[in-house]
Amino acid sequence: MQQAFKLEVVDLACERGDLRLFSGLSFELAAGELMQVQGENGSGKTTLLRTLCGFVQPIEGKVLWSGQDIGEWDDNYHAQMCYLGHLNAIKDELSAIENLQMSAGLAGFSVSESDAITVLRRMGLRRKEHLPVRVLSQGQRRRVALSRLLVGDSKLWILDEPLTALDVGAVGLMQELIGEHLSNGGMVIFTTHQPLQVAGVQTRQLALS
Amino acid sequence: MNKLSLFGLLGLVIRRDLLLAMRRRADVLTTLIFFVMVVSLFPLGVGPEPDMLRKMAAGVLWVAALLASMLSLPRMFSADYLDGTLEQMMLAPQSLTMMVLGKIIAHWMLSGLPLVLIAPVLGLQFDMSVQALWVLMLALLLGTPVLSMIGAIGAALTLGLRGGGVLVSLLVLPLCIPVLIFGAGAVEAVNSGMDAISNLSLLGAFLLFALVFTPFVAAQALRISME
Repeated sequence: MQQAFKLEVVDLACERGDLRLFSGLSFELAAGELMQVQGENGSGKTTLLRTLCGFVQPIEGKVLWSGQDIGEWDDNYHAQMCYLGHLNAIKDELSAIENLQMSAGLAGFSVSESDAITVLRRMGLRRKEHLPVRVLSQGQRRRVALSRLLVGDSKLWILDEPLTALDVGAVGLMQELIGEHLSNGGMVIFTTHQPLQVAGVQTRQLALS
Repeated sequence: MNKLSLFGLLGLVIRRDLLLAMRRRADVLTTLIFFVMVVSLFPLGVGPEPDMLRKMAAGVLWVAALLASMLSLPRMFSADYLDGTLEQMMLAPQSLTMMVLGKIIAHWMLSGLPLVLIAPVLGLQFDMSVQALWVLMLALLLGTPVLSMIGAIGAALTLGLRGGGVLVSLLVLPLCIPVLIFGAGAVEAVNSGMDAISNLSLLGAFLLFALVFTPFVAAQALRISME
């Protein structure tokens, strides 16, 4: 049965070291919604996103996915989300295709070479599919990392500074991809210091202070 | 989308690590060359006294193998940690324990197996008998995977720490002493005309025990390191 997916954060408090970053944070994110987390450097944006992934255990409060704590969902929650952090999680020694196939493999499904090529071309990496990622620029590496979003069928995208190192064209492409994902019933929560407008979607703002 | 089975996942992780190592061969060769060097230094330093060399052969080879495997331990998880792949592995809706087991097996194939294969050649420098060489190989074959497995826990615990490389040796070496004792003991037993089977059985028992517990423990250690 197709469930209505929803991410709920209830009264969340997180610490980094002994520093209290935020407390009493509550919000809901439903299918088709886009949320931008804002705040100064060090206000806990990354920590919040890592808490949503389950890397960091909150001091107080909980994170619910479709009404159930993400700790209880176990792997089934992770199967429905895709996280892209500051680090690209790609290997310099491997080609873009191999990187995409490996990361899809680790996430539990296999991607054929032709599918991988289609996705990479969409990300603007035509004729660079077989090159070792080592020789690509920072922005192109980021594109390889972002192409992971397009394989698999995760509902929730958690993106930490997805636009780092991307040029204007790629930022436009990201807006388009996020728009498509939202209209397919997905949801996105992200941080960025650049403006990101998705046509036809109201970006909800969450300010951390 | 085709879901991978547990063994499919295991195979994928091993294939991936071997592929990465093939594209970066220097790392594999350093371990092997270190082992060859350390072992070869002993006959040069101690002098060409066949009796003495025969006596110390097993001990020297085992200690060198132990040190060589320490050399490559910090690399087991650090590259994946630094480029963010480890984060993705933890988020994967798959058994982290199985992925860790895959990484351990790949690590052994790259740092343990070459030592097993080259050991008989080095043993000749010490005038070891043919029978002793066979037992040495068998003992290394059983013992070196245990070193990789125990080492994986140490490598996972010291991940991201400054000076983790030295720390992991301090942490892991004491735990490897039983493997050293029974591994060297097996060759010793053959030299003194006894049966090596009891020593080898104990090494086999260590191997099975480590195979069951260490991947799980190392996976938990990784989770702690990632917080």
